[in-house]
Amino acid sequence: MLKVENLNFQITEDGKTKKIIDDVSFEVADGELLVITGPNGGGKSTLAKLLMGVEKADSGRIFLDGEEITDYDINHRANAGLGFAFQQPPRFKGMTVEKLLSLAAGKQLPTAVCCKLLSNVGLCAKEYINRQVDATLSGGEMKRIEIATAMAKEHKICIYDEPEAGIDLWSFTMLVKQFEKIHKEKKESIIIISHQERIINMADRIMVIKDGKVEKTGQKEEVMQGLFMDNPVCGCMDEESC
Amino acid sequence: MVMDETAKAVLDVINGEEFKEEGAYNVRYNGQALCHGDTEHVKIKKREDGKNGIDVYISGEAKEERLHIPVVVSVSGMTDEVYNDFYVGAGADVTIVAGCGIHNAGCNDSRHDGIHTFHVEKGANVRYEEKHYGEGEGTGERILNPVTKIILEEDAVFTLDTSQIKGVDSTVRKTEVILGKGSKLFVTEKLMTHGEQSAVSNMDVVLKGEDSSAQIISRSVADGKSRQVFHPRAIGENLCHAHIQCDSIIMDHAQVASIPEIDAKHIDAAIIHEAAIGRINNEQLLKLRTFGMTEEEAEAVIIEAFLN
Ligand SMILES: Nc1ncnc2c1ncn2[C@@H]1O[C@H](COP(=O)(O)OP(=O)(O)O)[C@@H](O)[C@H]1O
Ligand SMILES: [Mg+2]
Repeated sequence: MLKVENLNFQITEDGKTKKIIDDVSFEVADGELLVITGPNGGGKSTLAKLLMGVEKADSGRIFLDGEEITDYDINHRANAGLGFAFQQPPRFKGMTVEKLLSLAAGKQLPTAVCCKLLSNVGLCAKEYINRQVDATLSGGEMKRIEIATAMAKEHKICIYDEPEAGIDLWSFTMLVKQFEKIHKEKKESIIIISHQERIINMADRIMVIKDGKVEKTGQKEEVMQGLFMDNPVCGCMDEESC
Repeated sequence: MVMDETAKAVLDVINGEEFKEEGAYNVRYNGQALCHGDTEHVKIKKREDGKNGIDVYISGEAKEERLHIPVVVSVSGMTDEVYNDFYVGAGADVTIVAGCGIHNAGCNDSRHDGIHTFHVEKGANVRYEEKHYGEGEGTGERILNPVTKIILEEDAVFTLDTSQIKGVDSTVRKTEVILGKGSKLFVTEKLMTHGEQSAVSNMDVVLKGEDSSAQIISRSVADGKSRQVFHPRAIGENLCHAHIQCDSIIMDHAQVASIPEIDAKHIDAAIIHEAAIGRINNEQLLKLRTFGMTEEEAEAVIIEAFLN
């Protein structure tokens, strides 16, 4: 179980301080799928980074299965059982997709396993396995490889930051199936930051973050009233690939 | 003379597991030719002009032939200067695996200067791989100053693949290439320097013939207080294409200078130079650390991939 208590994070810009995360507390039970949603700039990505240790909270405490991980840095949190898929994944000149997946798994993966990981996110494995994770990959391809790296290893809890962004409808469907599968196995807790109705529909609970605060938490019906009126039915954020 | 275990280990590093005393080869050890072998299409002869070194004749009949010419210096205080000339016949297809390793256990400088000249005839295809490496607990420096001259006749193709990843204290590299009509040059240079090491690479590429082309990719990492200077120069004297790309990662207190020079002397000469120097990307570090790697481990992985 992940337990977050009174997390705070502020930045100082031009001598002015701005609260980005404001006294956020919540829990994620074992095997639970929590979807975090809310308006752009509300602080969702920042919250995710605070959980992973990519950013350091100014105050508050974080526990994973009763173990306090607040003072752990990123790699210690990873080793404690946290996984993370970035909203904007970096590219690696000279590194093959297969190598990156093996690094993510923490061991040399057989090619067949890498292929499976890639096809699970809608990438034709043969074509990608030996490609470099560099500027020759499109945004949507990068994004799916990023998700595959997070799925390369079992975690106690894995955080996905807007996994749907920039990927086509077909891949999105694969992805949703993959999340459903992981969720059904109940081995791993999942946090997905998303605006997608199909992902929100899978959630055990939904948390809305706005202006750095938890605005609401609850089941879909309680939380989402009116929230999706303006959203397109199509799952694509990237109109070109839609 | 036989190689001791230390020298053999160095040979393994510069030539991989692959080297055996078979096919065409010439091993130079502490300033002397240790052993050599010819094949039907590759003949190695001792020079007759009084200079150290060999003349290598590769016939146009050679197809997918591999030639090994490693050099090992394991005596502290030795300066080994060697002149090797390669005559590659029209239509030949050959890979030349060179490389120099220095083990210096003493307090005097050990140095190897390899002066290589390639005469590549019409339509021949040459791949030249060169690995430089240094080791040894001595305080004496390990110095390598290679000079490479390449003359490409019509439609010849030359791939120059150099790497120096570890242990060379000082290197000044000079490369000169003259490209004939329709000939092509591909250069990949990989370099990593540590501590107080210094590396200078000067390269002159003269695109003389019509439709000649050159692609030069240089990747380097400078750590510690090391210094690197790159000075690639492309001179277009005809309708030609050249693309130079220098990419460096700078760490700690190192210094990297990239001095591009492109010089077009013909209206149809198209020459591009790109150079970039920057620190290790922080996003990449963060990403790898989410896999459970420490910062040092993540850095090592990024550098390895970058120089791959
Ligand atoms: N390093 C930073 N420097 C300045 N502003 C930041 C930084 N990180 C986040 N912010 C700001 O914090 C707010 C929350 O951002 P973010 O967590 O990315 O929101 P969300 O993911 O919900 O869209 C935004 O106003 C953003 O501009
Ligand atoms: Mg975000």
